Amino acid sequence: MIPELGQFALVLSAVIALFLGTVPLAGTLRHNVVWQSLARPAALLQFVLVSFAFACLASSFLSNDFSVKYVAEHSNTLLPKAYQFAAVWGGHEGSLLLWMLMLTGWTAAVAIFSASLPLAMVARVLGVLGLVSVGFLMFILATSNPFDRLFPMPADGRDLNPLLQDPGLVIHPPMLYMGYVGMSVTFAFAIAALLSGRLDAAWARWSRPWTVIAWAFLTLGIGLGSWWAYYELGWGGWWFWDPVENASLMPWLVGTALIHSLMVTEKRGSFKAWTVLLAIAAFSLSLLGTFLVRSGVLTSVHAFASDPSRGIFILIFLAVVVGASLTLFAWRAPAVTLGGTMGLVSRESFLLLNSVLLVVATGAVLLGTLYPLIIDALNMGKLSVGPPYFNLVFAPLMVPLLFVLVPGTVAHWREARMSEVFWRLRFVGGAALLLALVLPFVLGSWSAGTMLGVFLGMWVGLGSLQHVVERLRKPGRIGGSFWGMHLAHFGMAVLVLGITGVKSYEVERDVRMAMGDTVTIAPYTFRLVGMEDVMGPNYKALQARVEVLKNDQVIETLLPQKRRYFSTAMPMTEAAIDTGPLRDLYVSLGDPVAGDTPSWSMRVYYKPFVPWLWAGVLFMVFGGVLAALDRRYRRNTNQQSVRTASEALSGSA
Amino acid sequence: MNLSPRQTRFALIAGGVLVLALAAAFVLNAFQNNLVFFFTPTQVLKGEAPQNKTFRIGGLVKVGSLQRNGSDVSFVVTDTAQDIPVRYSGLLPDLFKEGKGVVAQGRLDAQGLMTASEVLAKHDENYMPPEAQHALDEAAQARTAQSVKP
Repeated sequence: MIPELGQFALVLSAVIALFLGTVPLAGTLRHNVVWQSLARPAALLQFVLVSFAFACLASSFLSNDFSVKYVAEHSNTLLPKAYQFAAVWGGHEGSLLLWMLMLTGWTAAVAIFSASLPLAMVARVLGVLGLVSVGFLMFILATSNPFDRLFPMPADGRDLNPLLQDPGLVIHPPMLYMGYVGMSVTFAFAIAALLSGRLDAAWARWSRPWTVIAWAFLTLGIGLGSWWAYYELGWGGWWFWDPVENASLMPWLVGTALIHSLMVTEKRGSFKAWTVLLAIAAFSLSLLGTFLVRSGVLTSVHAFASDPSRGIFILIFLAVVVGASLTLFAWRAPAVTLGGTMGLVSRESFLLLNSVLLVVATGAVLLGTLYPLIIDALNMGKLSVGPPYFNLVFAPLMVPLLFVLVPGTVAHWREARMSEVFWRLRFVGGAALLLALVLPFVLGSWSAGTMLGVFLGMWVGLGSLQHVVERLRKPGRIGGSFWGMHLAHFGMAVLVLGITGVKSYEVERDVRMAMGDTVTIAPYTFRLVGMEDVMGPNYKALQARVEVLKNDQVIETLLPQKRRYFSTAMPMTEAAIDTGPLRDLYVSLGDPVAGDTPSWSMRVYYKPFVPWLWAGVLFMVFGGVLAALDRRYRRNTNQQSVRTASEALSGSA
Repeated sequence: MNLSPRQTRFALIAGGVLVLALAAAFVLNAFQNNLVFFFTPTQVLKGEAPQNKTFRIGGLVKVGSLQRNGSDVSFVVTDTAQDIPVRYSGLLPDLFKEGKGVVAQGRLDAQGLMTASEVLAKHDENYMPPEAQHALDEAAQARTAQSVKP
């Protein structure tokens, strides 16, 4: 009964979405205020219905209702409760329902926190979001219904893929989806502005906090995915240039360009057309990511059993979204006015360079990700584009980006002097250069790449620090967006230093170890002291006991496991990691090696600075949240709610 | 620098085009050098695979072919028609198993032995790497074509 209720709620929400996607928009064309005012209640109702459907599916999981096909395929009676709940989004159908929950959630949030916006604008934004909902609900109902029944009902479920039975899975997809779907809000604002023909500073100010929040979620989602891959896949890698990772990185890169471009549009009224294009691109790339991940064209942990009709549906949806928005853009763009003038050296020009570099980087990643798929689709052979391509292309584009980041934050709007900017940064530059020359020697060997990485990291980090100190000396309240910007930039610096450190100094040893054997990566010695069987709730594991010694003192005992899950007989490596402020020690257990004495193959890593990667990501996330919560956005809100909507529109820019 | 708005705009556009052109040249060059082509064992034995260049093969791990010597392993990749011996040193992925799908990336030596730098299995036991599946399909197709011919 419960699954049928869920199904019914889902169908009903599709009807509401269709209503939301048509009536309020028609209301804006016919200047019918009643029709427009229906947008908010419809958005809220839609959210309630989808939440109900989601709750139904979750309850089917928690009550082990294996008559529901999706539950039978992704859960098991032995699965711990927390994972039974997380299994709701452990497969294709449920993850789309989660996507839908997020989308209607964002829509409802816009409906609630838009008191200051003119009604027509609210109707347009919610209407566009409603149309996006229609597309996804059709997709779910037509090709991926999570509530399909299975007959006869199996005694037990097939269990969740063991790789996904992990706390990382519980939070990674929801965070990533919050980011992906958040881009649809920015997109809706851009389309609404195009529809109204008013691309102005007010529009940029409205969409900025939403975009930054979505960006922060996306950052967190990507960071969690990387962290999960690092400790769960057992290869010690944290970024593989896997198409699935690229699918999330591309909207992030464009989203990063977008939040900077939106700032120029708000402050200076320029870059309007460019900003709109970036907003369309960010959302289109989110959809493309969904297509890549969900259509089964890729081999990956995310590629669930493939079904060609699903891929085709998303491709058509993508074509409609991109086609319609670009047509609308072409129609409206001639009416877009140019903003204020900008000098050759100015904050605008630095931010323009930021945009260009990020978009080129996105293009390069897109090429490497799609090319094999296109060649395959055209039956011209099978090939893959390896990580060396991405490293080779991505790094040189990030170098100038990180370099202009610092002058970009201190240069004046409109017109700046190069000499003045760099004079102001002379100590920062000098200190960064000095550290870049000295630090590599302190940490180990010197190389040009290491020096460049340290220089850029220090340049960005110290540059932010200097700006903050200078600002603190001046009087006046400092806004959240200032702190947010510098926290995020500081996070970027920490991330760059982390990447440089781990790339330059990581040590990997593939060894064969018998009881009592040691392997040394100075100053640490790893000793295998025991091997035991361990029982988990739904698996049995072989667990190694590895002591880590430093100066002949045992500092930590690591317990890497090789698990075998009952339901699937699928083996799983569970790496053991000891984290310190400057390094990770990482041990993963391999297969037994044939020989006279029992021994096992084992992989031991010394991973310097890996914790810095996660710290950098967290700084960026908090920076984004701080910036989005800036009182400025809310203060404007209060003023605007006093003034009439039209005044607010033509008012402060 | 005192430039008129028109000159400024021109300089910005020229600069932008220059950056884009440089980036494009760079990207395409890197791209050319890092394409890894895929071949089935049958294609490799026909000599279609490049010498001294990294490529991928896919198929099944032949049953009974897996041998371990310390952290060095050797096994045979088969598309059921032809076999390619592969050598690899390092930890094999969890789902690497005899009789199951595998994709190996590496170089071929003159004796026809592949030294793999990377061995990929799948992420899910119910799922076959598409490249491995492709190799099996090709071999199966070739077989049916042959059996029809005589």
